[in-house]
Amino acid sequence: MSVTSAGIPLVRVRGLTKSFGPSPVLRGVDLDVARGEVVAVIGASGSGKTTMLRCVNLLERYDGGSVMVDGVEIGYRQDSRRARGERELARLRAGIGMVFQHFNLFPHLTAAENVTLGLRKVRRLSRREARERAMHWLGRVGLADQVDRLPYELSGGQQQRVGIARAVAMSPKVLLLDEITSALDPELVGEVLSVVRQLAGEGMTMIVVTHEMSFARDVASRVVFMDGGRVAVSGTPQEVFGRQDNARLRAFLSRIELRLYPDGAGA
Amino acid sequence: MTVMLASLPFLLQGLLTTLRVSAIVVVIALAGGVLLGIGLTYGPRLVAWPIRLYSDVVRGLPLLVLIFALYYGLPALGVKFGSFWAALTALAAFETAHVAEVARGALQSIQAGQTEAGKAIGLTFGQRMLYVVFPQALRRFVPPWINTVVDTVKGSALVSLVGIVDLMLSIQQVIGRTFQPMPLYVLGALIYFAINYALSLAARGLEARFAYVRD
Ligand SMILES: Nc1ncnc2c1ncn2[C@@H]1O[C@H](COP(=O)(O)OP(=O)(O)OP(=O)(O)O)[C@@H](O)[C@H]1O
Ligand SMILES: [Mg+2]
Repeated sequence: MSVTSAGIPLVRVRGLTKSFGPSPVLRGVDLDVARGEVVAVIGASGSGKTTMLRCVNLLERYDGGSVMVDGVEIGYRQDSRRARGERELARLRAGIGMVFQHFNLFPHLTAAENVTLGLRKVRRLSRREARERAMHWLGRVGLADQVDRLPYELSGGQQQRVGIARAVAMSPKVLLLDEITSALDPELVGEVLSVVRQLAGEGMTMIVVTHEMSFARDVASRVVFMDGGRVAVSGTPQEVFGRQDNARLRAFLSRIELRLYPDGAGA
Repeated sequence: MTVMLASLPFLLQGLLTTLRVSAIVVVIALAGGVLLGIGLTYGPRLVAWPIRLYSDVVRGLPLLVLIFALYYGLPALGVKFGSFWAALTALAAFETAHVAEVARGALQSIQAGQTEAGKAIGLTFGQRMLYVVFPQALRRFVPPWINTVVDTVKGSALVSLVGIVDLMLSIQQVIGRTFQPMPLYVLGALIYFAINYALSLAARGLEARFAYVRD
């Protein structure tokens, strides 16, 4: 569970800074994620969780600091600190999966085609291999009988499971999930989280931005509390949810989930 | 009446010229307009800004002014250009700017999340265009694009003013010989209308076909 014992962390974020115009959003984020670890990122709205996550696969350019994934600096070429070209970026991003809050499925493609697109065009699998792999993953997320449906024919929970299948089918080194259940009706949250739980059980490395505290407690090996563009608290779920000495964390937790830890002492 | 029948092969010749000019312009404007539309939408400022300037200037001028500008202006600048190519270039430049705006509108209608999802699975810019953006933008592109084709056919009548014997000029020349303006102009109007009505029908048919995805 500890980062150092697993050797070099798979994801290593150091001193990450980013501003939108004059307002700094990330003010020196440090985060290590070891192979197989599931890190839950929590924090108030506007604390920079999404921005940090988007910097990890360079959907957002960062201003300073460093993001390394599997030993490779994402933002810049190591030698020159020049920005990477389109092709290099695409190759790096193919190894970093992302699941979006609003699914972002390709609406003109069926569930299966959503999954096969990257397999065919990026991984260069044959039509048959790609289809088989898509079937495998769509089956794993419980959509074996929906593979030829278009996204609008699926429920939100089903769409998000296609989104997960699309990401994991690429065999990413790490999976980034940004509040993937917050756009869902409450009764559909469970089916999506149970897929993520399974992936965690199989050793998939994940950074999970979430407002589902019970999920963070159950599944995460580590919880990170972001506040004002920094990582303010980091530790095991028990440590973080049990901590009394950080007023901002306590205020955040009591706002979000009064019921879970009424005595403030973790489960 | 017999004079008119006798003039039909001549008119047909003119019609072919109109169709040829229109076809060449449509192809150039499609290719050029889509490229410029991509530049407008995704290009860095250094690319987008000159395109914006070009498009605004060209669309802000009457087509006739553009045709005369190239017809009289280019030779003055020492560029040797037949009247056919001068007129055709002017028409193509004009329609290219319009297609560029149509393409930009279609591309911008695609949500940023689509591009991001494409990036996240490792698609390059070209692949994202080809497999993610274009297929979705197509149904927003085709109907207004067909309008630009209609405009091209109509605008091509202006090339007669620099002496190109298209449908318009051939009609006027027949009138010059027969002194029967009414029937000939009616015939001409019918031919232009037939072409453009067929195009609008095609547009409507395509719109219906693209209605397969809900937004
Ligand atoms: N593209 C952008 N342009 C300008 N400001 C932005 C942009 N994206 C985010 N911000 C600002 O950056 C700050 C951090 O946003 P971010 O989305 O990272 O927060 P978050 O922790 O994910 O919040 P939430 O819990 O609401 O999702 C916010 O104040 C937001 O308004
Ligand atoms: Mg967010």
